[in-house]
Amino acid sequence: MSIRATEQRETAAGEIVGAGGAATGVAATGGNGFYPNGRPVKKIDGTTVRMETEGLTVRYGVSTFGIQDVSMPVFDRSVTALIGPSGCGKSTFLRALNRMHDLGVDIEVTGAAILDGENIYEPQVDAVTIRRRIGMVFQKPTPFPTKSIYENVCAGLRLVGMRRKNVLDEAVEKALTDAALWDEVKDRLRSPGGSLSGGQQQRLCIARALAVEPEVLLMDEPTSSLDPNATMRIEQLIQQLKEQVTIVIVTHNMQQAARVSDYTAFFYVGEMVEISRTQQIFSSPREERTQEYLSGTFS
Amino acid sequence: MTLKARYARDAIIQIVMVLLTALVVIPLFIIIGYVVINGISALNMDFFTQELGSPARAMRGRPTGLVHSITGTIVIDLVALVMAVPFGIATGIMMSEYQEHPLSPVARLMTSTLNGMPAVLMGLLAYGLVVKNTGGFSALAGSVALAFVMIPIIARTTESVLRVTPWGLREAGLSLGIPRWKVTTSLVLPAARAGVVTGILIAFARAAGEAAPLLLTSFGNNYFSLDMTRPMDTLPQRLYSLAISPYKQWHAMGWGGAIILLLFVMITFLVGRLVIRRMERQMEQ
Repeated sequence: MSIRATEQRETAAGEIVGAGGAATGVAATGGNGFYPNGRPVKKIDGTTVRMETEGLTVRYGVSTFGIQDVSMPVFDRSVTALIGPSGCGKSTFLRALNRMHDLGVDIEVTGAAILDGENIYEPQVDAVTIRRRIGMVFQKPTPFPTKSIYENVCAGLRLVGMRRKNVLDEAVEKALTDAALWDEVKDRLRSPGGSLSGGQQQRLCIARALAVEPEVLLMDEPTSSLDPNATMRIEQLIQQLKEQVTIVIVTHNMQQAARVSDYTAFFYVGEMVEISRTQQIFSSPREERTQEYLSGTFS
Repeated sequence: MTLKARYARDAIIQIVMVLLTALVVIPLFIIIGYVVINGISALNMDFFTQELGSPARAMRGRPTGLVHSITGTIVIDLVALVMAVPFGIATGIMMSEYQEHPLSPVARLMTSTLNGMPAVLMGLLAYGLVVKNTGGFSALAGSVALAFVMIPIIARTTESVLRVTPWGLREAGLSLGIPRWKVTTSLVLPAARAGVVTGILIAFARAAGEAAPLLLTSFGNNYFSLDMTRPMDTLPQRLYSLAISPYKQWHAMGWGGAIILLLFVMITFLVGRLVIRRMERQMEQ
C-alpha cells in the first residue's frame, strides 16, 4: 500500500464512509462510520484515519522552519514511527500533534492537525481538552518528583478535580496493569515515583499518560535513555497498547521502527519525505533520500 | 611543569582559599563574641519577663527587661511574613512561568530595583499608606513596611528556583491535560519548595534585622502591647534606641538584646535548614 501524502488527499474524498456504512475499527471510532464527535470517519484503503495533518508547518522565530508543510495520516489503533536524522523535525512534528508548542515563545504553528475530523488548532478548541485525548510520553522519564507512584499515575485525574477514591484506585490499577508495571509496584504505591529504576519510571510515565484514557499516545524517543532490557519491555508494551490506542512514536533507532511500527514516516530537513507501511519502506522505499538514509549513506 | 610543581601550585591555591574564607568568617565570630561578652551579664530572668518601662527603672535597679521587644519582633515579623509570602510567590511565578505576559518584565525590573533600595524607603511607603491613613503609628504599619522588604526577596528567589526546575516537568503535566495554573501550583511549585522556603527564610531574616522601616511605622513602645493597631516594640529598633540613650544600664541591655536578635535569626535558619533537609530527603527516597 502506498500512502503518499499528496495522493492521500485525492483518495480521501471518495473514502469517507457515510452513515450506516460498514466501518472497521468501530470500537474506537464510535461505530457506524462516525467518530465519537459525530463526524464521518475518513478511511484510506479501508483503514480508518484517526489523525491527519494538512500542511502542518512549525516556525521558530521568523524564518527558521521546524517542519514545513507536512501532510500525513495517522491510522487508528496502529503504530506510526517517525524516523529521520537529528534535527529533521520529527519531534517538532510530534509535539505539534497535541499543541505542545502553545507555550513556546516565538513559535508559530500553521496548517491543520486533525483529530476525528476536527482541526485541533481551531480557535474554539481548548488545548487542555485536546491533551487529555492526545497523551504524550517523553524521552527522559519525568515522574513528578514530589509525588508517590500512586499520585503520579492519578495526577491527570486528580489535578482536574476527580476526588472519588474508588475511581482513582481503579484507574491507577488499570493504568499500571496496562503499562506492565502493576506487579512490580503494587506493594509500594506510596513510595516516591523517583525511587523506581529508569525503565520502571518510563513505564510509570506511560501508565500516567494512560490513566486519563487518551485516544492517541505520542511517544518521543521513549526508550533512548533506557537499557536494552527496559527497551524490550517498552516495545512489547507498545504492541499491547496499540489494541486500544493509536500510537505515534519518534525513534532514532531504525531497528526499533522496524520492530514496533505498522507505518513509518521518514522526515528529512523539516519535510516528511515519505510514509508507507513499515515493511514496504524498509524493503523498497519510493524516495531516493529514504533509500540513502536507510542504507546509511548519510545520517 | 613537573608533577611536583603542580602539586605545589594546588597546595598554594588551597591555602589562599582557606585564608580568604577565614577572612570572611573571622569578623563574624568577632561580632558574635563581642556581643556575647558585652551582653551576657544583662540576661537574667527579668530580661525575659519584664517590660522596659521608664529609664528610672533601670537606674534604680528595679526589674526591667525586653520581653515586649521580643514578643513585638515575633508578632510584627510573622504578620509581615504572612502578608509577604502570597505576593512574593505570586510575583515569582509571574516572572518565571508567565514570561510572555506583559507584566512579567515589569515585575522583574521592579523587584530588582526594590531589592537594592534602602529599607527606610519601605518604611516611608508604609508610613504614607498606613500610618497617614489610619491616623497613627501601629504594629500593623510596621508589618506592612517589613512585608515590602520581604516581597522582592521572596519573589526573586522563587523566580530563580522555579527557573531551574526541569522544563520537562511542565510539559509532562500539560500533556496530561492539566491546566497551566494547576501545573504550576501542584507540580512545579512543590518540586521547587525547598528553594522557595529558603527564599522565605532569607527574606524573614533580613527583615528581622531591619530597624529603619520600623522607626516610621511601628514606632516603638517601652511597654508591653500585643495590639496591632497601636505602637509596638521590636528588637532591632530597641537596640538602636538603647544604644543612643545616655544610660549605662540601658547600653548593657542593648547588648543583651543583640544576643537575642542573633539567636532569633540563627534559630530561624536552623529550623529552616531542618525543614528543607526533610523536604529534600522526601524527594530523594
